[in-house]
Amino acid sequence: MRDVAVVSFAQAPSVRADQLRNEVEILMPVVAEALGRSGISKHEIGFTCSGSSDYLAGQPFSFVMALDAVGAWPPMAESHVEMDGAWALYEAWARLQHGDIDSALVYAFGKSSMGDIAELLTLQLDPYSVVPLWPDAVSVAALQARAMLDGGHHSERDMAAVAARSRRDAASNPNAQVRTPLDEAAALAEPCIVSPLREHDCPPVSDGAAAIVLAAGERARQACARPAWIRGIDHRIEPASLGARDLATSQSAALAARHAGALGGAFDVAEIHAPFTHQELILRDALGLGDRATAMNPSGGALVANPVMVAGLIRIGEAAQRIIDGRARRALAHATSGPCLQQNLVCVLEAD
Amino acid sequence: MANPCAIAGIGQTRHASQRADVSIAGLVREAALRALEDAALTFADIDAVVIGKAPDMFEGVMMPELMLADALGAAGKPMLRVHTAGSVGGSTALVAASLVQAGIHERVLTVAFEKQSESDAMWALAPKIPFQPTVVAGAGGYFAPHIRAYIRRSGAPLDIGMRVALKDRLNALRNPYAHLHQEDITLEQIAQSPMLWDPIRYAETCPSSDGACAMVLVSEQAARSAPHRPAWVHASAMRSEPTMFAGRDQVNPRAGQECAAAVYHQAGITDPRREIDAAEIYVPFSWYEPMWMENLGFAPEGTGWRMTLEGATAFDGDLPVNPSGGVLSSNPIGASGMLRFAEAAMQVRGQAGEHQVDGAKRALGHAYGGGSQFFAMWIVGSEKP
Amino acid sequence: MSEQVYGIKVPIRLDYTYVVGTAPARFLRGLAQGKIVGQRCPSCAKVYVPPRGSCPTCGVPTRDDVALSDKGIVTTFCVVNIPFAGSAVKAPYVSASVLLDGADIPLFHLLQEVATEDVRMGMRVEAVWVPNDELQPSMNSIRYFRPTGEPDAPFESFKEHL
Repeated sequence: MRDVAVVSFAQAPSVRADQLRNEVEILMPVVAEALGRSGISKHEIGFTCSGSSDYLAGQPFSFVMALDAVGAWPPMAESHVEMDGAWALYEAWARLQHGDIDSALVYAFGKSSMGDIAELLTLQLDPYSVVPLWPDAVSVAALQARAMLDGGHHSERDMAAVAARSRRDAASNPNAQVRTPLDEAAALAEPCIVSPLREHDCPPVSDGAAAIVLAAGERARQACARPAWIRGIDHRIEPASLGARDLATSQSAALAARHAGALGGAFDVAEIHAPFTHQELILRDALGLGDRATAMNPSGGALVANPVMVAGLIRIGEAAQRIIDGRARRALAHATSGPCLQQNLVCVLEAD
Repeated sequence: MANPCAIAGIGQTRHASQRADVSIAGLVREAALRALEDAALTFADIDAVVIGKAPDMFEGVMMPELMLADALGAAGKPMLRVHTAGSVGGSTALVAASLVQAGIHERVLTVAFEKQSESDAMWALAPKIPFQPTVVAGAGGYFAPHIRAYIRRSGAPLDIGMRVALKDRLNALRNPYAHLHQEDITLEQIAQSPMLWDPIRYAETCPSSDGACAMVLVSEQAARSAPHRPAWVHASAMRSEPTMFAGRDQVNPRAGQECAAAVYHQAGITDPRREIDAAEIYVPFSWYEPMWMENLGFAPEGTGWRMTLEGATAFDGDLPVNPSGGVLSSNPIGASGMLRFAEAAMQVRGQAGEHQVDGAKRALGHAYGGGSQFFAMWIVGSEKP
Repeated sequence: MSEQVYGIKVPIRLDYTYVVGTAPARFLRGLAQGKIVGQRCPSCAKVYVPPRGSCPTCGVPTRDDVALSDKGIVTTFCVVNIPFAGSAVKAPYVSASVLLDGADIPLFHLLQEVATEDVRMGMRVEAVWVPNDELQPSMNSIRYFRPTGEPDAPFESFKEHL
C-alpha cells in the first residue's frame, strides 16, 4: 500500500446546541483551519470526501450545501458517504492508493441538537419488524450493556470508572462538552435511565464538525514535520438483527483490528469511539487492548463530546494529532456506526 | 498507477412503480443475485460491498445499509454507503471500482437501489422548513427554467424534447427490465400529454420506480476466472461544483464538462463522437439529452439538439444514446445512475440482448445529481486497457 | 388461508428545530422590516441573496451586508400547471428566477399579476409585500413579484445568470 498520512486535523468545539450557526457556518472555519495547517490549498487537493446524515439534518441532500464550506470552484473531484466521517476518510485513503493524486480533504458535520437523536436512531433498525416497536437508541444500548454485565467480566463499577476517567480527561480538552468531574460512588447511587444505564453511561447530545487532510509520500512530509502515517485501516460490519449476534462482544471490531494490523504491539494512545461506557469495555476486549494502550481515550472520547457522524472521524484526528505533536509514536483509532457497535473501523497510525 | 478493474457480473431488477412483492432487502437481493450469477460467484466470494441510494427519507430507513448487511452477505466484510444525490448510482460504482483499482480487494459487490413506494417521496423531498420559500413546484419546477434557458440559448425547435421521449420509450420496448413499456406511443400522444412544468410535458418526464442494480467488480486476476467476457473500466471521474453561485451556467455546467474531459483524457479519447459507440446518459427530463450532448462534448455548444433531430442518438444512429430506454423509461432514483453505468458495460460485453448496439467496443456511462452539480462518469471497453 | 400481507404502515413523526444560521438570520430579519439584505463576498465581491454565510465558490465567510432593491429581472421561469399538495397557489402559476438589482444570483419566487403566456425572460419585476403589520422573518413577507412595466432587459445583460 502507498504511504498515506494524516497531516492536519481540525475540529469545532463540541456544544450541546449551536443555536446560531448552521452546518456550513460551523464547518467552514474547521475546513479552513485543516487546510491552513497542512499548507495544501483547496486547489491542490486531489479528492474530497465527506460524511453526514440527511436524517440528522432533517432534510434530504443536506451534504449538498455543506460543499459551500469548501468553495468547490473550479469543480473538484468529490464524494460523500452517508456514514460517519471515518468512513469518508477510508474512501479518501483508498482513492489515494491509485497514485495519481497526492492529497485529500475529509470532513464531517452533524447537529444532533436539531431533533431527538435517541428516537431518530431507531430508524436504523429493521423497518418491518423492529421499528414499529420504536425502541430508542438508549434502550437498544441498554440491551447490550445488560448482555455484557450478564457475561460476568465487567461490572457497573467498571462502567462508572470509564465515565470518570473520560470526564477527568475532558478537563484538558478544550473541544470537550462535558467537563464536570464524576464522583464514581455518587454516580453509581443514581437511578438508571434505562437499566442498567445511568446518565454517566450515556453520551451527550452534541453539535460539531471536523476535518482532516491526508497526503501521500513526499507530499505528506512537506506538509507536516511529523505525519501520522496510516499503517493499517480496515472496517467490518456484522448482522443487523440484534438477536443474531452476541452483543457482549464485537466480532466486527476484532476482525477490523486483525485486518488493520492492530492486534500486535503497544500503542501510546488509543482513541476508541464508544458512545456508551459499556461499549468501551466491549471494544477494549475485542481489540485486545488490555494494557497495550498507555493512554485510553485521552480526549475524553464520545462520552464527553458526541457529534453524531463526526465523533468517529474525531477519534482518528485526536490520535493522529498526538503523533503530529510528538506526544505519541504509535496510535490506534477506532470508529463505530449502527446500533450496538454493528459496524467498526480500526486505523493504526505511526510516526516515522 | 491504479490497477485494472473489470465488470464481471451485472444484474438488475424488473423496475415498476411499486414492487410490493419484495421487501427492500428482497429488492436489492434480486439485483445482487443476478449479478453474482452472471459472474458465477456467490456472496462468499465477495470481499466488500459498496451500496448507494438517494436520500434515506425515500424509504424511511436511516442508513439502510446497516439493516441490509445480512441480505447482501456483507456480515464480516467491509461495507460502504455512498450518497451523492442523483449521481449516487454512478458514484457508488466508482467507489467500488476504486477499491479494486487501489489493490485493496479482488471482488467487490456494488448495489444501488430505491424503493420509493415504501415512503412518501413528495414528503421526503419537501420537509416543511419554516424559513424556506413556499413556492412548491417539484423537481420539474427546478429544471424547467434551465430547459427554457437552453431553448433560448440554442434556438432549438420546440419538438426536440418530445422526439427524445419517443426515442427512449421505443428503446425501452427492447429492454425487458424497463418500467415503462408503451407499445403504441406516438409523437402525437406525447404532444398531447399535459404540460406540467412548461416547457416540460408529462410524457417528457421520468417515472417514479422501485428498482435496483448490482455489479460485481473484479481485479485483473479475478477477471480471468469470470465465465463471461468482462467489461473493463477505461476511465472514471467524479466532479462537483456548488449548487448556487453567481454566474453559474446550469445549462452547460463546468463540472460536467470537466468530468467528461477527465474520462476522455484517461481513456485516450480525442474525438468522443467517433470513438464512443454507445452512451447511457442520465436524462430524467427529455430536454437533457441535447443539453448533455453538448456538455459531454459530443456536439458543439448550441447544437446538441441537431443530434436528436438528425437521428444520431437513435438506436440506429451513429451514437446511440440510452438504447436501454434510459431514465425516461425506468427511474429508481438511487439506482438510475448505476443502471447507466451497468447498461454501458452490458453494451461492450455484448449482453444487451434486443437493445444491443452492434459491435459496441467502448461506451460511456453518465450520472448527474442535485441541481446538475454532481457528476459521475465512466468509460468501459471490451478490451483490457 | 388468510390474506397475504404485502406491507404494513409505520407512521414516523420526527420533530426538528432548525437553525437557519447567522447570515440567513440577517436576511430573514430584513424581510421582517420590508428589506432585502444580501451579503458580499470579501474575496470575489459577488453579492449573494439569500446569504448563506459563505461564498460557495471562494469558501470564505461573507460578512458585509448589502441592501438590495426589491426590483429585478426574470432571468428564466417555468409555468407550473399541476397542483401540488402544500402549495398555497392555484395552478397554473409562474415560478421565476428573479435577479434583483445589485445581486449576483437570482432567487426563486412566484410571479403574478401577469398572464402566464405573457411572461418573458428579461421581464422587469418588483416585489409585492404583505401589509406592514403582517411582515415576518420569512420569504412569505414577499407575496410575489409582478411586472413593473419597464422595458425588458436585453438577453446579453443576464445571460451569465442562466
